[in-house]
Amino acid sequence: MSGAVLHFLADLLVGGRVGSRPGGLQARGPAGDALEQAPVMLRDWVAHWFPAPVRWLAGNLFGVLATLAAFALLFVALTLVERKVLGRMQNRPGPNRAGPFGLLQPVADGIKLLVKEDIVPAAADKPLHFLAPVAFLAFNLLAFAVIPYGRLLVPVDLDAGILFFFAAGAGTELAVFIAGWSSHNKYSLLAAMRALAQLISYELPLLLAVVPVVMLAGTLSPAGVVAAQGRWTFGLLPHWHVFTPCGAAGFVLFMLAALAEANRAPFDLPEAESELIAGHLTEYSGFKYALFFMGEYLGMTALSAMAVTLYLGGWQAPCAGLQFIPSYLWFVLKLLALLALFMWTRGTLPRLRLDQLMRLSWKFLTPLALINLGTAACWQLGAGAEGWGAQLGRWVLAWALVLVPFTVLGRGLGAGFGRRTYRYAT
Amino acid sequence: MRADLNVPAAGNGIAAPPEAFSVDPPAPFDSTGPRIRPVRDEFHGDLLEVSMGPHHPSTHGVFRMVVTLDGETIVKLKPVFGYLHRNHEKLGEATTYLSSMPYTDRLDYFCAMTNNWAYALAVEKLAGLSVPPRAEYLRVILAELTRLLNHTCLAGFLLQDCGASGTPLMYAFREREKILDLFEALSGSRMMCNFQRFGGCRVDAPTGWLDAARRVAEGYPRFLDEFEGLITGNEIVMARTQGVGRLPAALAISAGVTGPMLRAAGVAYDLRKVDGYGYYPRFDFRVPFGGDGDTYDRYMIRILEMRESVAILQQALRDVPAGPVMDPKARLRGFRPKPGEAYGRIEGPKGEIGFYLISDGGPNPYRYRVRAPSFVNLTILEDLCLGHTVADAVIILGSIDIVLGEVDR
Amino acid sequence: MLGTGIVQGFAITARNFVGSFHDPARFVTVQYPEEPAPVTENYRNFPFLIYDAEDDPMGTLRCVACRICEKECPPQCIYIVPDIDEKGKPRKHPRVFDLDVSVCMSCQICVEVCPFDAIKMDQVFALAATDRFDGLLQRKEQLAKPNRYFHQIHPAEAAEVDARLVGERTQAEEKARAMAAAKLAAATGASAAQPPLPGA
Repeated sequence: MSGAVLHFLADLLVGGRVGSRPGGLQARGPAGDALEQAPVMLRDWVAHWFPAPVRWLAGNLFGVLATLAAFALLFVALTLVERKVLGRMQNRPGPNRAGPFGLLQPVADGIKLLVKEDIVPAAADKPLHFLAPVAFLAFNLLAFAVIPYGRLLVPVDLDAGILFFFAAGAGTELAVFIAGWSSHNKYSLLAAMRALAQLISYELPLLLAVVPVVMLAGTLSPAGVVAAQGRWTFGLLPHWHVFTPCGAAGFVLFMLAALAEANRAPFDLPEAESELIAGHLTEYSGFKYALFFMGEYLGMTALSAMAVTLYLGGWQAPCAGLQFIPSYLWFVLKLLALLALFMWTRGTLPRLRLDQLMRLSWKFLTPLALINLGTAACWQLGAGAEGWGAQLGRWVLAWALVLVPFTVLGRGLGAGFGRRTYRYAT
Repeated sequence: MRADLNVPAAGNGIAAPPEAFSVDPPAPFDSTGPRIRPVRDEFHGDLLEVSMGPHHPSTHGVFRMVVTLDGETIVKLKPVFGYLHRNHEKLGEATTYLSSMPYTDRLDYFCAMTNNWAYALAVEKLAGLSVPPRAEYLRVILAELTRLLNHTCLAGFLLQDCGASGTPLMYAFREREKILDLFEALSGSRMMCNFQRFGGCRVDAPTGWLDAARRVAEGYPRFLDEFEGLITGNEIVMARTQGVGRLPAALAISAGVTGPMLRAAGVAYDLRKVDGYGYYPRFDFRVPFGGDGDTYDRYMIRILEMRESVAILQQALRDVPAGPVMDPKARLRGFRPKPGEAYGRIEGPKGEIGFYLISDGGPNPYRYRVRAPSFVNLTILEDLCLGHTVADAVIILGSIDIVLGEVDR
Repeated sequence: MLGTGIVQGFAITARNFVGSFHDPARFVTVQYPEEPAPVTENYRNFPFLIYDAEDDPMGTLRCVACRICEKECPPQCIYIVPDIDEKGKPRKHPRVFDLDVSVCMSCQICVEVCPFDAIKMDQVFALAATDRFDGLLQRKEQLAKPNRYFHQIHPAEAAEVDARLVGERTQAEEKARAMAAAKLAAATGASAAQPPLPGA
């Protein structure tokens, strides 16, 4: 009996065959099998060093540690790459003094933050003050568990993986408030409430933008969503969700909401000291600040990874013929493209004021996301239509349902603003 | 003010407050209570007094604003400055006329050349000196280059205050470096030029300088097009700056505001046209004005002024005559103008900068007074900021374009 | 449509990003200290004194301790004590010439008013020292540099100064010669009024 339970748990945790679906993990791709199998074979090889009863635990831990290491390394590289990319956009090189091409700059930053004095306010709630950055980081890391990084690489394959992802993401908002509350600083608390208001109001477009994808794919499991995008027209045009009208609108909405959830420009008001009296991170110094920083970058990465999974086809190759390249490499390429988009946005756009931010969310993004649900429903209804005329009509209708509300609501949002003309005196 | 100045119908000049507040007419000597009194009900708590500065990333120098907030809205704002006071006017009484010239560089430290010209103009009026044509052309060229410098700098800083993480600032400074290199090649120093003298300029331009200046002036419109493409049509910039800090024309005139702030409020008043000092009447240029007087208009007027400055530069660089750059009657040492007084003013990039000198016949002036445009423009900061949030106050301050060296002297 | 301005902004930053790799106009950083900081001829930093002969620096200093620069300097950063001989007559030489570099504001007025082209502006800006107050007060020996150095840093100005000094020197010599000839002529003219000496 206990053996059966253990076997069940093993099946659940390692490679997850619970609730299997067609075209899921079992499917083997065409040529390139060895490269695809390489991480799995590595994990099995490491697990074999352990006695048989705990082999499942060892394999699982290996997967967890590998994911953590990969994304921690990505975070470290991202801090440097962001500064260099921003620098290049601003006609300057970015950090290039610490090591060749500035490659040791993250090391220097890490050492600096580690040796800084950890100042905790005397009246602060010490356990919560310590817990806030840890919780922030932990919830952001938790979100990485359900994303399929490759054909055979998903740490935990849950049936309701998308739900789990957004639930973990919502936990970070709690950590933000804990940070503001535990500082025992009136202004930090106000700033934390302001940040929380921003995060909560952008959860709605974020989640609503995901629902069309779920409708199109028919499953809440990320691996299932990726598998549903694994077809090509004429072997060349991929069936990614971003190429459908409701998917394109959903992608734009998701990226905008992700910018706000990750406190990135143009929604980085919680981090702008010059515009607030104090931010919610005022009382954090040294390594705790570094943990918040890391949590923010990991949140940005996690949201990008989920966007890749939901809209950009996850680990699917763009053409049928390119499938010999391992699936995890495709995933990494797409992830880096989205991260580059985040950095590009930061270098270009100024900040929005808080009330403008909230107005954007409630009066623009949320109505568009709701209308997008209707568009997705129409799209799905027309999926079985026969004949190219009906299909053309379906596309035209869907694009109209996306563009017309955007134009109308955009006009309402931009009312009162516009270019002006000036007079000249001679 | 010219008698034919067309002043729009005056209200009481104060920006309309939001509906939740009742307005009393401003009591000029009341420095205690709030300027607009918030409605007292269960939703409004106590007022919060916050001091922004003097150490602050967005206050453009050591400047302090004591802001009284009701929630997020500013109900009273008191600017506190004087942190950079360096006794400039008293020092002027203790040093000779020539020795005060390097100190004028440090008044508005972005615009050294125009400060020098205003001071030289005042002394030339006092002593009755004339300036040779080549020196007048050089002065116009340098003043317009300074105007380009200053407005570029302001555009970059304004966007930095909006939160644009440095990209417009870096583009602005990239262009500014070209003009600073020109100044270094001419006068020896990038910012503290000490270049104008009473009766002309200190030295003539070295060979190749005029061609280099021509190249810089020709490259500027392309930079302005790129900068405008990044900023002017950007919806976020428009949302942040339009409707923020509206300055009515009547208030501007009664407060003595000059420069691009006044022109953005809709008053076509530019000393280059009104006084016609130097050789400005020879050049064909327009003065942009108009708009509501909010932050976006102040930014746009400066961009349009930059384009007009490029036009002036192209004309001046084309027509510079050869000749001496110094009045032969002028003396460097032992300069004692006859007793009298003079006020010399020019249209500096920030507004009207003027020097008032009283001479008693000695080598030092009897009284030396600077009319700094930033100081006068700053007096209406409270009126502009009332009813807005702290984030807006930072942007409004940025758009007034102050330099603390001038404000505090 | 909403968003067109923002998209245009994206295009501009992308153009700058790509351009920074191949277009020098879009990558303007000078990698100091590996690359030298560009300095024009007219650049001025702190003053220095000129001497003419390199084998006798202090003896051939052009400065005659007239103290005009000390008087005209706006922040009063120069301190001069002229050299006087045993009889109390001033030798045309400074015994002490101190310049307080922490006070000097590089305004160049001392250079303009010096009638002897003795003090000129230097271009050295890398003036770090290991002690907090080291190098702030520069004495005559530290300030003195040869004319050859002046030619190196300000070639056009040095050529013009040299030409002018040579011109002044030849003028002075001609004047001296003319005065001597006039004195001789006056002496011989006085003696010409008397009858010529036998045998003249």
